[in-house]
Amino acid sequence: MKILGFKIPMMASLLFWMLVWEVVGRLDLMFLIPPMSSILAKMGELVATGSWQNASVITIRSFLLGMAMAIGIGVPVGVAMGRIKVVDNILGLWVNIFVSAPLSALVPVLMILFGLGETTIFVTVFLFAVWIIVLDARAGVMQVPPSLIEMARSYGASRFTVFTKIILLSALPEILAGIRIGVIRGVKGVVIGQILVSVVGYGELFELYSRNFDMERFWALTILLFAAAMLLSAAVEHFEKRIEYYAGAR
Amino acid sequence: MAEPMRAPQSDDPALTVDDAIVEVRDICKHYGDVEALRGINLDFARGKMTTLLGPSGCGKTTLLKIIAGLIPATSGEIRINGRVVTGPGPERAFVFQDFALMPWATVMRNVAFGLELKGVAQAERERIARHYIAEVGLTGFEQKYPHELSGGMRQRVGLARAFAVDADVLLLDEPFSAVDEQNRRKFQEDLLALVERERKTFLFVTHSIEEAVYVSDRIVLFSPRPGRVSRIIEPSIDRSVPPDVIRRNGEYLDTVEEIWQGLRQYAE
Amino acid sequence: MAVTPPKAGEIGGARNGSSGIAGALDSLASRSKAFWVVVSLGLFFAAWEIAGRVPISYAFPTFLETAAAFVEMLLDGSLIRSYLITLQPLVLGVAISAVLGVGLGIVMGLSNKAEWFLAPVFIVLQAAPMAALIPLVTFVYGIGLVAKTLAVILLALPVIVLNSYKAVRHVNPSLVDMCRSFQGTRMQQIVKIVVPDATPVLFAGLRLGVAAGFIGVILAELLITPTGIGDLITYYRSVAEYGHMYAAIASIIAVSTLTLAGLQHVELRYLRPEKRRK
Repeated sequence: MKILGFKIPMMASLLFWMLVWEVVGRLDLMFLIPPMSSILAKMGELVATGSWQNASVITIRSFLLGMAMAIGIGVPVGVAMGRIKVVDNILGLWVNIFVSAPLSALVPVLMILFGLGETTIFVTVFLFAVWIIVLDARAGVMQVPPSLIEMARSYGASRFTVFTKIILLSALPEILAGIRIGVIRGVKGVVIGQILVSVVGYGELFELYSRNFDMERFWALTILLFAAAMLLSAAVEHFEKRIEYYAGAR
Repeated sequence: MAEPMRAPQSDDPALTVDDAIVEVRDICKHYGDVEALRGINLDFARGKMTTLLGPSGCGKTTLLKIIAGLIPATSGEIRINGRVVTGPGPERAFVFQDFALMPWATVMRNVAFGLELKGVAQAERERIARHYIAEVGLTGFEQKYPHELSGGMRQRVGLARAFAVDADVLLLDEPFSAVDEQNRRKFQEDLLALVERERKTFLFVTHSIEEAVYVSDRIVLFSPRPGRVSRIIEPSIDRSVPPDVIRRNGEYLDTVEEIWQGLRQYAE
Repeated sequence: MAVTPPKAGEIGGARNGSSGIAGALDSLASRSKAFWVVVSLGLFFAAWEIAGRVPISYAFPTFLETAAAFVEMLLDGSLIRSYLITLQPLVLGVAISAVLGVGLGIVMGLSNKAEWFLAPVFIVLQAAPMAALIPLVTFVYGIGLVAKTLAVILLALPVIVLNSYKAVRHVNPSLVDMCRSFQGTRMQQIVKIVVPDATPVLFAGLRLGVAAGFIGVILAELLITPTGIGDLITYYRSVAEYGHMYAAIASIIAVSTLTLAGLQHVELRYLRPEKRRK
């Protein structure tokens, strides 16, 4: 989109929508939509409060733990599925089922098994993120051009060397793509987990604000979460772009 | 004794021909800072097969698409039958390098597509399409889908589609580059037969020297970066003899060799 | 280190020497997908059964308990009745999202202005944890069918819009050029080339929209108010009948999986015959 000949990036249209929000908020059309400016002001306040900071620590802790597990378990499993047919045959069905199933349905089960605390949350994050990481790692490994492997073998590389120097590196773009989507799903998981458990972290805060109809703080928290999700995803994407140069030439 | 090749022209030959159906005047094309075509002046004679030949990046496909009206020129004009044209028109038909067949449509529908867009009634356009499907040797395949056909057959569908709209000028963009070698030779022979029968004007783009010499009445050689016309060659090869004889004919081989020597410098 | 080709005997050796049954199983395994589905399911259910018997938790029923509960709920009709309630907002929400979403997506695919205004909004909506917004819906729309349908739309619409818009943007430009070369009007280009070429991807987007819809429906059941399946889950949890609770949850996973698999089958069969794996 161009104004006066200057190209404006697409994400800038969000600023336009924020303006619309401000106007709608000022017109007081719905109590649900307070003006953007007051939300942003409250956001500043919120970040300074102890309760928010505690909630964030809890959230970040469970998120990182869950993601670490998801990556630490998901990537090796995906690679194994890509390299060993039997593993693929057995696990394939379940990975494909769970990657598009409504996993929130499992959270009540998790709440019974793991209680109403952080454990449930990080297991939720793990479950939300792991399936796509497995699938993409598998896809990455299966896409390694056979000629690359033959080339390495013909120059005398051992199986281990072929695996680390050729296969893993060649599969890296897909693995990172899977992690990026896994991060987004992980954020959804940490939010859903906390909202359902509702006595912990952000879930507790959401519960508090909505009970008191404190829409400004509610939106402030929501927007913070949304922004965090986008930033994380952008961070992984940045990393992806740095190795993208060889993705096309494989 | 065959006529010798025309002597090399100056760097910017403004070549006029009697009865030119396509006139290219001062065509320039820029993509940002890159100059794709510079000052192209050419005429294409009615009823003849003219080939644009050159290494990749010399702008021959760009020029073909400008003549077809698919890309706008940065400056200059194109005249067809004396009238200036700026977009696609009924007097020109384009044959695409990647065939451009609708994968969800049968051969019959693909061939009749040009007529469908014009609003010709179904029975009539199927009748015409059937005729040209036979012309390219695909009778019996009317109800097949593109994914059921080989590359060579798909290109024949593209050819039939271009003929079906009864345009005066047919523009072919490296039509045989996606076809395998064995079929490619056969296609060149079939194309010559079609040219004989249909009496239309053909503009052909290729990077194969042998192909150009084999099929063309006239060859326009391009040099790259920026694209300019460097030479015009009119091979006069006796086409009444069998194709295999032509390909061993001295004149044919000499012409190919001479062109190659000229283009060699552009090989990377 | 030279690379030596394997000797002929080495390749077939293991198989030549195996007994009749193992050999038959081996060739069945390499040819039949159904074989592996059975093995996969069997292993999972066996593991479940064992875990339930250990037991890993007082609240973890065995597979057989769950299966029995499932059959019981199926036969007494409670499962079917629940789904009739739960599926209403799903079907309604997905239908509205489909019509709205494909329409918006096509407009965004064809118009750069529309893309500039709308794409970032939907990108944010798709990446964001929408679960946070669902409780808000109840403030305005209460806890009825409307609220739940809205929850489904909140989750399904962004997915469908983004996929439709990508489908239109990725239409084969050669085909559009071909249409232009035969003097096709813009409307002809859209109707005869863009829409047909985009249709397979549009349909895939709808399938993803249905998946998102299932997520929306479950979130609605858990966050707005449990009716239908959510009701079964919360009831059986409250009376500590975990077999029934797990059976209800498993049934959701099964219904969602089977629906999506069915859609994928239709997609492959009717829309992309050339992509079908033989």
